This record gives sequence, C-alpha cells and structure tokens, in this order.
Amino acid sequence: MNKKYEVIIIGGGPAGLSAGLYTSRARLNSLLIERGVVGGQIADAELVENYPGFPEGISGAELGQLMHQQATKYGLQTLLTEVTGIELQGEKKVVATTKGSFTAKAVIIASGSERLKLGIPGEEEFTGKGVSYCATCDAFFFKEQPVAVVGGGDAAITEALHLTKFASRVIVLHRRNQLRASRILQEKAFSEPKIEFLWNTVVEEIEGKDKVERLRLRQVITGEKSTLDVSGVFVSIGLTPGTDYLKGVLPLDAAGYVITNEKMETEIPGIFAAGDIRLSSARQAITAAGDGVTAAIYAEKFISR
Amino acid sequence: MNKPIVVDDASFDQTVLQSKTPVLVDFWAPWCRPCLMAAPVLEELAEEYAGRITVAKLDVDQNARTAAKYGIMAIPNLIIFKNGKPVSQIVGYKPKAELKRDLDAALK
Repeated sequence: MNKKYEVIIIGGGPAGLSAGLYTSRARLNSLLIERGVVGGQIADAELVENYPGFPEGISGAELGQLMHQQATKYGLQTLLTEVTGIELQGEKKVVATTKGSFTAKAVIIASGSERLKLGIPGEEEFTGKGVSYCATCDAFFFKEQPVAVVGGGDAAITEALHLTKFASRVIVLHRRNQLRASRILQEKAFSEPKIEFLWNTVVEEIEGKDKVERLRLRQVITGEKSTLDVSGVFVSIGLTPGTDYLKGVLPLDAAGYVITNEKMETEIPGIFAAGDIRLSSARQAITAAGDGVTAAIYAEKFISR
Repeated sequence: MNKPIVVDDASFDQTVLQSKTPVLVDFWAPWCRPCLMAAPVLEELAEEYAGRITVAKLDVDQNARTAAKYGIMAIPNLIIFKNGKPVSQIVGYKPKAELKRDLDAALK
C-alpha cells in the first residue's frame, strides 16, 4: 500500500467523509483512516430525520455508506485501522497506525468523540453486566426487563425510544427538570407509554451482586434518596473527544477538544480538525459535514500555496 | 491469510472449549456498530497470532444459548478461553494494544 499522500483524513464519520469527497474531487491523493466502519456516530441512529435532502429520513448506517460511496467514486482511499499518533517531520506529517506509518502534506482530524462516563461507584464494576453505553448494541439483552436511561439530550431520548422495543419499562433519569432533546423527540418520548421520567434526579451508585440490580438515586432539589430496581442502566450524558493520541501534538482545551479557527486550522500549519472533535462544534451530522468541507478547502489551499 | 472462524451454539464445545490453543471469542451482532469497528482489528490479530491463538466470532443473535451461558449483557464482548475456561474478558471497543496485552498474558 502507498505510504505517501497529499491529504490524510482521520475518522470516517460525516466530517471525514465530506472532507474526503472534496479533497478527492480536488484531485488530491487522499487517504481516509477509520478504526472500523465508516459512518461515525450517526451510524448508530436507526433513523436520521434532520439531515437535509432526506424528507422521509434515512438510516444512519445507510447515510454513512452513501457518503463513503460518493467520496470513493472520486478516488478517496480508505484504510481500516487504528491511528496511534501523529508526528511532525519538518513540513511532513507522519500518521502512525497499527498497520504502519503514512505521510501527508496535510492532515484533517475528524475522529469524533466518545461517551462520557458517570464516574460513580459500581459503574466500572458492572460495565457489561448491566451498565451500557450503547442501546443499539445492548437493548437486545434486556427483553421484558426494567431499564434506566441516564441523560436528557437527543442521544438519551433516542436510546430510550429504542429500548421500548425490548424492555418492559424505561425510566429516564435526568438531573434537570426538562429535557435538552429536540422538541420532536420529546413529544415522541412523552407519548410513549413505556417511558417514565424521574426529574432532578442523579444516580449516586449502581448496585447488584453479579450484575446490576438497583440504582441509588438522589433528588437534587430535596436531597431525598431512593432506590430503583432495574436490570440495566444506559448512560447517555454526553460526549468526550477521543484525542489521547493528539496530546503533545496539538493544543487541546481542558476537556480534550481540538482548538481551531473558522478555517478549521489548528495551531500547526497543515493540520486541520473538523466535526465533533473540534471545540465549539454543534455536534450534528450536518455541521460536521460542513466542517469537513471547510477543512478540505483550506487544506487544498495550504497544499497548493 | 488466517481469518477469524465462525462458531455457533452447536460447534462451541468442540471448537472453543476443546481447543488445544487459546481461543479469543468475539461475541457480536450485526446491529452493533462497535462490533463492526472491532472486526478489522480481530482480523489483524487472527493473522498476527496464527497458530498460537484462534480467533472466533459468535453471533449472539443466532446463538443465544452460548451468549446466555457466559452472561453476555453487552457487546462487543471478547472472552479468551484457555483449556475450556474463560481467563479474561474485554467488554466494549478497545484499542488493539489492550487486546494484545490480554492475548500475550493468555499465552504465558
């Protein structure tokens, strides 16, 4: 496999795939590196209803595949492997992976974000024993059982709705008194008989013998404590950028997000960032795609300067 | 090319539990994106550990009996079996280096 490229794109979600479409059409020799399967986080969504151009909605996995197909048509190459680091050799950027190193004139970092953990007793111990961070993966294991969802955003409510197809009861625990999720998702959740809400409530501990049996809860306003018997708890309280491999290479904010300007440029000339990984991203598939295109356009300018 | 092998409820005993070499079993399902993400790494591992460790895949949707026997409640779920017994388990999508650490430990 060729080891030298003009552009290397890290991450195969909407940001990376859109960047790859534009760099390939600019006739830049482009390689996209993805850990496993293209599509990014949106590929987890059963139905994407807010991506323009699909009035009936489209499955997230299909959306990802179509984006990949479109970029590949213009010459984007894809390598499925894990990036372990980026190194600078003068102007050249060296991207290290578990399948060897590749060099590029410009790099677009679009490797997204991953789930935040609660950081409470029992969470680590029961991960895989009732604690889950992926309802599409694990709902299947909770047929006819009561489960809780922690969180109040789009992802949490989408997961709660998905869980109703399997679980007997779905209890949404949210630390505030209203959801952050979009109104249309809220309407769906409020009209779903299997979903219940516990407002102003946080989980303090996850308990059980060999697997999750109950949650210890605290009402944040009254301070009142209670327990809730569930077999599973799905954590969906937000995202954290997966930028460990960038530490020491690029300036990151305290939470680990990559800092860019409006051209998606980082502090290092020729390294760009796009999508969820970027500080102040709106964290939507369509804004990620927009970021990717902006990064691609300025990467092209950088290369041909 | 040494590829991961497919096992099911019927073949699990013979292929995994009776195996003379350690077996890494990937409990997965087609609807699970992190499982699909882990797939290429498992192919690399099957190649790198060829002859020393067998890499096997079990679809939990089709093989509920084996999945239940080992208490699988989250996927991807990778269990290393040595002499018919589970010796280590990794739940969720993890970097290749972490999987290699567990595989190397199982070979000792």
